[in-house]
Amino acid sequence: MAPDISLRQVVAVLGGFPALAGVDLEVAPGELVALVGPNGAGKSTVLRLCAGLVTVASGEALVLGVDVARAPRAVRSRVGLLGPSGGLYEDLTAADNLRFFARASRLDPAAVAAAAAHFGVTGRLAGTRVGLLSTGQRRRVALAALVARRPRLWLLDEPHAGLDAEGRDLLDDVLAGAVAAGATVVVASHDLDRTGALGCRHVRLAGGAVVGADTSSTAATSDTPPPAAPHGVDATADRPSGGGARGR
Amino acid sequence: MVADALTVAAKDLRLEWRTRVGLGQVLPFAVLVLVLFGFALDPDRGVLDAATPGLFWVTVLFVAVLATQRAYATESAEGVRDALRLTSLAPAGVFLGKALAVAVQLVVAELVLGVGVVVLYGADPAGWALLVGTALPATAGIAAAGSLYGVLAVGLRVRETIVPLLVLPVLAPVLLAATRAFEAALDGTPADGWPWAGLLTLFAVAYLVAGAGLYGVLLEES
Amino acid sequence: MSTGTTTTSPPGDDVAPHGSTGSRATRILGVLTLVGSALVVWLAFIATPADRVQGESVRLLYLHVPSVTVAYLACGITFVASAMWLWKRSEWWDIVGSSAAEIASVFTAVTLLTGMVWGQATWGTAWEWDPRLTSTLFLFLLLVGYQALRAAAPDRDARARRSAVVGLLLIPNIVVVNRSVEWWRSLHQDATLFRTDLDFRIEGLMLFTWMFATVVGLVLLAWLLIHRFRVGWLANRAEERRLDDAVAARRAEGGVPPVVDLAPTAAPTTGSGTGGDA
Repeated sequence: MAPDISLRQVVAVLGGFPALAGVDLEVAPGELVALVGPNGAGKSTVLRLCAGLVTVASGEALVLGVDVARAPRAVRSRVGLLGPSGGLYEDLTAADNLRFFARASRLDPAAVAAAAAHFGVTGRLAGTRVGLLSTGQRRRVALAALVARRPRLWLLDEPHAGLDAEGRDLLDDVLAGAVAAGATVVVASHDLDRTGALGCRHVRLAGGAVVGADTSSTAATSDTPPPAAPHGVDATADRPSGGGARGR
Repeated sequence: MVADALTVAAKDLRLEWRTRVGLGQVLPFAVLVLVLFGFALDPDRGVLDAATPGLFWVTVLFVAVLATQRAYATESAEGVRDALRLTSLAPAGVFLGKALAVAVQLVVAELVLGVGVVVLYGADPAGWALLVGTALPATAGIAAAGSLYGVLAVGLRVRETIVPLLVLPVLAPVLLAATRAFEAALDGTPADGWPWAGLLTLFAVAYLVAGAGLYGVLLEES
Repeated sequence: MSTGTTTTSPPGDDVAPHGSTGSRATRILGVLTLVGSALVVWLAFIATPADRVQGESVRLLYLHVPSVTVAYLACGITFVASAMWLWKRSEWWDIVGSSAAEIASVFTAVTLLTGMVWGQATWGTAWEWDPRLTSTLFLFLLLVGYQALRAAAPDRDARARRSAVVGLLLIPNIVVVNRSVEWWRSLHQDATLFRTDLDFRIEGLMLFTWMFATVVGLVLLAWLLIHRFRVGWLANRAEERRLDDAVAARRAEGGVPPVVDLAPTAAPTTGSGTGGDA
């Protein structure tokens, strides 16, 4: 079967800066992949490019069979992107946002309502302005909007950050369910424990290119020894699972 | 396309309503401009009377610049722009919706300014048919041109100053025509004014069509 | 829209073989322009007589009118180039359009200035709201806006896109302005008409000078356009080169762990930990 994502030496330039400097990535249908790496490595850009939102400067980029360099718009309706900022109108209520995006994406209102309920975006929460919500609550609203699209390809940028434990479990269930139902999920994350527990295949990015990948979800491949600083460091190696250390 | 336009317009107007920026800031600004013109020209009462239609429409243009800036400011955050580009909204529909929302806000502003002009400048409203017949196409044209040039500035660093520079020369004919028509109405010679209203209608149609056609090109980029 | 970013030979060689944007074609054009200009100056100031009505100030028109012609022609080129870009999306048309617009703005400025000087000399007023002069003023404003927009756009594709839309609308906007001002001024039946449209009779040597100056202006336009196009082309190639280097630098950076100075001042807080027990 043709891969859902096939990037070959993709270079992408944002505002004069080469965000991606030759990315090679292949994601098979139904796979669960985690993009890991330091901040500024280009993980968000890879996700956005797969959503057809970034101009491809050079290289080959096929997403869901669509040449994203030539016809990015064709792929947009079939993917769901969860950006780091949520992509919601701050001054509208959660319910307003869901209603707008539902109509704009021609979604079935019942599906949207079901997604909203699933993530607890109901009642008072739904009637609150997004700007007044916490990060975790915003994330839930954004997830509801994404889930309602029922996309073939899920692209999530740091989805676990900001969620409480309950939210994270909920998200993990949703992701697992999506994969089981045939969707392909790509997650950019610093939370290697979570992604490992989910069973993701890890792909490491740095400097706008892929610098390492593992074939098993818990393999600890390291390219360079980690720096001596004890915490909060941008790790260049997978931490062994089981520790409580942040990967950030 | 029409459904998309209504969806977008409803969203923009709801945003406007929730933030009350239009109500709380832009309208007072408009009235303030009227007052300032009054200060500047009042000593010679005759000048103010003669200049009323022009001052009215210049103020409307200022409001229009603010309104279009606002219309695009709400979507300047990258996350929201991405989310919008992932929807299935037809670009022409988005354009018409944005223009519609701006037009509605402009009509509200014009009504307030109309009252302001009557009260502050002692204008004597007459020739209602022509006044309305001018204001509607003028508003449509201003909203259309503003929405088109406004989207050009999205993603640029100097967004605030470039939109007026681009759009005001384009809207100068609207100012000219609308002012002449209003003058005719207030002078009691509406026959002179209707041709100008016709010109305004042509302008509005031309820019609505041009905007609908060119919007897609501008939305495509990253 | 993928563009190759790897180049083996210096990218501008075919355009600028000797490190300059000159070529045989431009040298011929340049010489023609120089010779032509000299002729025009001689004709304008020496050979032709002063006008019966306008006196010496008619000589300014030998500069003013060709400037107008060149300016509007250059805008026409921008219009066509913008339309072609929207159709073909090729870099070539983008550079043609922007070069022509830049040149147009210079000639428009010359037109306005000479027009004002002529008006002051002939009629005693530097400005009248007549259709021609007003339209030219608006053209100048639109061109300034066009260039400001180009300067503000960060990357080539965004810049080309926006320029094409604005460039396409330049001519239509000027037509609208022209018609409305014409109509407006026609309502005022007063006698003071600013006669830049040269209704006065000119003939013989003066007519020839006028037309010859226009031809020289067109040659000058061609010369400027070719040079400016090549400069633009080279600038784009240089930008691509810079990008190649930046891409290589970015890849190199990827292998080095970032240096972070943390110096914690307090015991680490658990904050939002990485979730449950693995």
